[in-house]
Amino acid sequence: MTEPVTFPQDRTCPYHPPTGYDPLSRPLSRITLYDGREVWVVTGHTEARELLVDQRLSSRRDHPGFPMTTARFAGIRDRRTALLGVDDPEHNTQRRMLIPSFTLKRTASLRPQIQATVDHLLDTMEAQGPPAELVSAFALPVPSMVICALLGVPYTDHDFFEAQSRRLLRGPSAADAEDARDQLEGYLGELIDRKEKDPGEGLLDELIHDQLREGRVDRDELATLALVLLVAGHETTANMISLGTYTLLRHPEQLTELRADPTLMPTAVEELLRFLSIADGLLRVATEDIEIAGTTIRADEGVVFSTSVINRDDGMFPEPDSLDWHRPARHHVAFGFGIHQCLGQNLARAEMEIALHTLFSRLPGLRLAAPADDIPFKPGDTIQGMLELPVTWG
Amino acid sequence: MHIDIDKELCIGAGQCALTAPKTFTQDDDGISEVLPGREEGGGDPLLREAARACPVGAIHLTDT
Repeated sequence: MTEPVTFPQDRTCPYHPPTGYDPLSRPLSRITLYDGREVWVVTGHTEARELLVDQRLSSRRDHPGFPMTTARFAGIRDRRTALLGVDDPEHNTQRRMLIPSFTLKRTASLRPQIQATVDHLLDTMEAQGPPAELVSAFALPVPSMVICALLGVPYTDHDFFEAQSRRLLRGPSAADAEDARDQLEGYLGELIDRKEKDPGEGLLDELIHDQLREGRVDRDELATLALVLLVAGHETTANMISLGTYTLLRHPEQLTELRADPTLMPTAVEELLRFLSIADGLLRVATEDIEIAGTTIRADEGVVFSTSVINRDDGMFPEPDSLDWHRPARHHVAFGFGIHQCLGQNLARAEMEIALHTLFSRLPGLRLAAPADDIPFKPGDTIQGMLELPVTWG
Repeated sequence: MHIDIDKELCIGAGQCALTAPKTFTQDDDGISEVLPGREEGGGDPLLREAARACPVGAIHLTDT
């Protein structure tokens, strides 16, 4: 018997799954979590899609069998997490309040604003450089400004909420993550109070008017919904922009092709989503026995979906380790699948397309300003991306 | 080909409209709907892809 693979592990290369996951067999296998617990890991694409729509798998973090991948995360397990941590019908009620604001049409209407944000940040970066540190100058502020405008959160508070999000997602301890969460909930609760008296224009204002006042949601629930939207709205896309840029700079052939034909951008974004799979490890717990691929997942067992491994399933994506703008990548599970599939995915696509296209067309000489292997990236126990990205141009 | 959308199941991800914009759209609530006159698919080659892209399996296609 070989020892089960530990999960999560740090990536060896920021854009490939950890080499430590190589022994994982498809379509499902066993892994050991940080606390020594053994759970299932799903690695097959077909099985992942089948299981992620199976309502016998719960997202409730307060279920004793729910798989905790870090001590930091386990520290906040009893807290209610809107959307991500609830099942239907509660999930459906929350999601339906939000989907009108994230449709393709609404997202398309935000494109000019996203473009203006991107242009403004690049103006500043060009005026101050070269060189530049791309995470702080561009990758993080683009989605942060966009989600602030969408929600109606003042961007002037970005230092505060970005710092708390960092502690929540990759702080040193459970106590620290819990404190960060308290601070964010407190901040958003106060913002809701202020907006009740003095409404502005944003999704949060609409939710106060349409849902809170009508008694369909209470203040605490609205604050946790806002927290999820704010954190998920900037951390994820920021990582895709930084890691996407790094990946393109490390793949000059593909970058040249993309620069020559910008109409490839939407499919390139899908392929980058598949290839990078930055949110690796979707977590569920079985509430009943489930038969899958000749195996039984027992009730109360934990199930982890390794999106980075699933999105490299060669049964679905031939030559999965190569970056190819011409493959049909759309059926990746980088945004998840099932009822919890990313609410903001269409907004994220628009931000990535505009940010990457504009960055590479405005700065044709863009290159790394440090040896590629020396640039630090995030550890395996959080959303993947670059910690820093020193670049230069001209 | 006849298209049925289970609007109770739909989560408004918009993947059908993203994949096959000539056939699908989202209403003001974000719920998917078939564009007027396209209820039978209109020979859209992307129809099956769109149904497959739905994260909750809310789109059912039946041969007519």
